[in-house]
Amino acid sequence: MASQEVLREEPSRGSFINDPKVRGIFFQAVVVILLVAGVWWIVHNVIENLQRLHIASGFGFLKNRAGFDISESAIAYSSDSTYGRAIVVGLINTLIVAVAGIITATIIGFIVGIGRLSHNWLIRKICTVYVEVFRNIPPLLVIFFWYSGVLAVLPVVRESINLPFGSFLNQRGFYFPRAVWGDGSWLIFVALLVGIALAWFVARTARQRQMATGQQFPVFWTSLALIIGLPLLAYVLSGFPLTFDFPKQSTFNLTGGFQVKPEFLSLYLALSCYTAAFIAEIVRAGILGVSKGQTEAAGALGMRPGSILRLVVVPQAMRIVIPPLTSQYLNLTKNSSLAIAIGYPDLTATAGTVLNQTGQAVEGVLIMMVVYLVISLVTSAVMNVVNARMALVER
Amino acid sequence: MKHIAIGILGAAALGFMASAASASTLDDVKAKGFIQCGVSTGLAGFSAPDDKGDWKGIDADFCRAVAAAVFGDGTKVKFTPLSAKERFTALQSGEVDILSRNTTWTINRDTALGLNFVGVTYYDGQGFMINAKKLPGVNSALQLSGAAVCVQSGTTTELNLADYFKANKMEYNPVVFEKLEEVNAAYDAGRCDVYTTDQSGLYGIRLTLSAPADHVVLPEIISKEPLGPAVRQGDDQWYHIVKWTYFALLQAEELGITQANVEEMKTSDSPEIKRVLGQEAETKIGTDLGVSNDWVVNIVKAVGNYGEMFERNVGTGSPLKIARGINALWTKGGLQYAPPIR
Repeated sequence: MASQEVLREEPSRGSFINDPKVRGIFFQAVVVILLVAGVWWIVHNVIENLQRLHIASGFGFLKNRAGFDISESAIAYSSDSTYGRAIVVGLINTLIVAVAGIITATIIGFIVGIGRLSHNWLIRKICTVYVEVFRNIPPLLVIFFWYSGVLAVLPVVRESINLPFGSFLNQRGFYFPRAVWGDGSWLIFVALLVGIALAWFVARTARQRQMATGQQFPVFWTSLALIIGLPLLAYVLSGFPLTFDFPKQSTFNLTGGFQVKPEFLSLYLALSCYTAAFIAEIVRAGILGVSKGQTEAAGALGMRPGSILRLVVVPQAMRIVIPPLTSQYLNLTKNSSLAIAIGYPDLTATAGTVLNQTGQAVEGVLIMMVVYLVISLVTSAVMNVVNARMALVER
Repeated sequence: MKHIAIGILGAAALGFMASAASASTLDDVKAKGFIQCGVSTGLAGFSAPDDKGDWKGIDADFCRAVAAAVFGDGTKVKFTPLSAKERFTALQSGEVDILSRNTTWTINRDTALGLNFVGVTYYDGQGFMINAKKLPGVNSALQLSGAAVCVQSGTTTELNLADYFKANKMEYNPVVFEKLEEVNAAYDAGRCDVYTTDQSGLYGIRLTLSAPADHVVLPEIISKEPLGPAVRQGDDQWYHIVKWTYFALLQAEELGITQANVEEMKTSDSPEIKRVLGQEAETKIGTDLGVSNDWVVNIVKAVGNYGEMFERNVGTGSPLKIARGINALWTKGGLQYAPPIR
């Protein structure tokens, strides 16, 4: 800083054109002006060309009747709903498959990643093969593999495979009984919430007691008993209000029950398996990144290998793992747009149909880009918060 | 993914297109030396590549007819296969000069989408196909309540399907794909019970299934599907060339001018035939349109008249064996009618 001030005090011999500060401002201004002009030129041209070609524009179409049906919808939707609602249905489908995929990919990824460092030769090699296979195949092919696999291997509706608890498996997907909640079933939900709250309280007390006295308490089994036992008790007390709607054979399909369609199933499995391979490598790198001395020190203190992994290695590995994990979550969410190849009605598919039925390509693509951007930014923000909490707190 | 790419390219093309009046489509086409023709990704009888990679079908031949009118040579066409979703953006953004892709003429497409349909090269209607072996006893579309229905996304078919089931208070389960091949594969694999699209399409698709004889097309036709070529709005000259190519094909059939006899017909005694073929002295029958005076001769030489085109691609000369029906000339009780060429 000091040297700069000295420079500024000296009267510049040349004109101010040679002043690096003025130059800096000048070039930044030029870039900004060019950028704004470029964007303005593109927007202006788009509007002018749309008008010249007599193509409708604007976002008013979102309020019009859609007129087409969507196979899977978490919210009420029919052909009488609006285009806007059709896009929201697609967005929710994208989020469902992304969240389910992220959870499963993380679980598989951690298991495989730790497995790659196993002392057991067979486990180590199986995990290596898994990672190398899925990491080196494009995700679209993995999706086709699962979809064609599902359609080719599973039987037609009339020859459905009977599974326990009145479930069926066939080409049209996986059918299982749907729970129908009767009168008084609210008690079960209340009991579940109370069970979770009590389990949390027990866990906290047990931890404080262990800190203070070193005595351990069987937290896991107590929590399990609370979370399952209390709702079960409520179920009996409220007079068995829960019934099940079983899938039944009709002329064409199985009706009733809950159906998981093969499109969702194959997309979900493909995204999970594909991304898990990358997560496994991140986890392996994270664990290897923890100094060997840590493991040895923990071993010297008399900890068992499971406890060393759980209490010493993984918490430190997480600091290395989380930042690249965020990228993988974003990749998974964006790869879900490949759903279009197998007909899962995600955001890209429904917004694409809307785009085509209305012919408003510019608006349609803009909506898709903005929505994916927002999803990605929100995911990043959440992961940054997690990362900040995990980061090393230096004393 | 591809439709997004085209969407973005289209948006970008709209953005970068010079806002000053661009040259006319005819000048552009003449400058590049061929017509870029948007066709389907493969629908037998309408536009599908054969085993040598040549595009065959009514829609493909129509583009050849326009090329013959413009260049005197029906081979000066390049084909761009487009999915149902990509087709309008491709035409709007100038990627193709003509969209000749079994596309239904609707008011929305003529207005909000900025297209101009030139006529109806095939009068069609939407139908249903089922696997009769797996579903014995189903012989009407009204028995389809509860069925899983395979359909291509972004089509009028998709909208008619929703309307028809709603109007008849029936339930159904849509199984929607972007590409025709994907719908075909899913139907063939048994993912859905019913395939719905234009009836002519169903006959064509049935031939490609693993066991064509097992499948029947149900008798109901639930919609009007007038299929025809379309061009961009705002270029009347190009619109007229494409429109009158279609009329010329019809007029040639009406006058009995065929691929085989077109040279003899030039010296016909009939003043009407001589006029249409540009053999009148001082004629301006083609130059006023922006093409040569013997444009009709070139069209018929390249692809024959409308009747020949029909029979070769979807009629008795093809595996589809579709009867002319309402696609016959008006003189034979059909709907195909051309204003006089004079």
